[in-house]
Amino acid sequence: MELEVLIEKFQKKDARAFESLYEMYNDSIFGVVNNIVKNDDIATEVMQDVFIKAWNKSESYTSGKGRFFTWLLNIARNAAIDKVRSKSFKNSQKNLDVDFFVHSIETNDNLDQQTNAIGIKKYVGKLAEKCKKIIDFIYFKGYTQKETSETLEIPLGTVKTRNRNCINELRKALEV
Amino acid sequence: MDIKEYIASGILELYVAGALSEKENEEVYAMMLKHPEVTKEVLSIENAITTLAASMANKDTSIIFEAIKEELNLTTDDVGEKEVKVVPIEKRSKILLYVGWAAAIIFGAGLVFSMVLKSNLESEIEVVRAERESLKEQIYEANSDLTAANELLSVLRTKDIISVPLGGQAVSPESYAKVYWDKKSNSIYLDLEGLPEPPPGKVYQVWSLKLNPLTPTSLGTIDEFLTDADKVFDLENANESEAFGITLEPAGGSESPTLEQLYTLGVVASNP
Repeated sequence: MELEVLIEKFQKKDARAFESLYEMYNDSIFGVVNNIVKNDDIATEVMQDVFIKAWNKSESYTSGKGRFFTWLLNIARNAAIDKVRSKSFKNSQKNLDVDFFVHSIETNDNLDQQTNAIGIKKYVGKLAEKCKKIIDFIYFKGYTQKETSETLEIPLGTVKTRNRNCINELRKALEV
Repeated sequence: MDIKEYIASGILELYVAGALSEKENEEVYAMMLKHPEVTKEVLSIENAITTLAASMANKDTSIIFEAIKEELNLTTDDVGEKEVKVVPIEKRSKILLYVGWAAAIIFGAGLVFSMVLKSNLESEIEVVRAERESLKEQIYEANSDLTAANELLSVLRTKDIISVPLGGQAVSPESYAKVYWDKKSNSIYLDLEGLPEPPPGKVYQVWSLKLNPLTPTSLGTIDEFLTDADKVFDLENANESEAFGITLEPAGGSESPTLEQLYTLGVVASNP
């Protein structure tokens, strides 16, 4: 089914369309959330909240504002960051490192059942250090260009092109 | 703008990341609608990112949807596609529709009711206003009646007043009347309480009489007999009256009294 049609049905509170969208994005959203909270159980809980939130405010999405995935991604990042900042979470906090997403892919046994598993592992394995960081900040942490340029100490104009080059490498590996 | 250059700028990657401003998002969306190659590029980038993000998922979360469904009270069981979820929504909107109509009807009825109430109140106000006017008139009349009565009383109490009782005559033996004659002011007051109502087209006429020889002088007709409440009338009388008589005459009065219709007659006492 066309994505647009699915989204439209989802916005009209069609539970089946909702399920289809969940199946489409649950892994990605879980991956993003877990990359921030770094705890499977908490990530599961947050992801559940993300989809409930999406359902409840589905009418607030319009295609003019951006991609549906981006909309979900935004909800997910915010929910995960909120969770990390919450008191209950801080008490149970463990290690933090920017390479977590690479690490989690490399050590992901579950990944082997997914398509593209080989491409991904190959890709992240040879991913340049600067790409790891920029992808992590821009996609998985929700940094703006300015925040990214400040954190990485690179010119603002460089963020856009460097990010594109990194994504191009990924696409080559995935053949998309 | 050169599409290739636009794509190469890296803006589409940021678009998928959600790192653009709202205005930039709209611009990219407009470009996507205009240029299929831009859309294709966005889809490829999105595909790459979702795949990368999904590869971080070290756990299968497909089952979690059941919990989400339960949390939201959803059901995706067959039974005619989406109907299951749609029905309650329609019901709710129908109820809302009914409630809306009911509210409109109640509002309309209320409006009509208040209009009716308003016009009723307005006519009531009219009635009350009219009543008040007539009450004012009554008070005025009562006041003037009282003034007249007081005047009459003071007249009657005057020392020089001459009281002349008039007795009933052959036509109407039951009738009687009284004349109070104030010689100083040349006026008489007639108390006609004892006379019957004149028949239609007839009036009482008051006469001053000289007895020797019998010379009647008309003092006037009592045109307001029916409408006057206390039946007391005042007339001018500059005559040297020796008697007073009252006859029933055709409306407008007569030149000379119709003696067959003499109702009352009384002689002035010969003193002082």
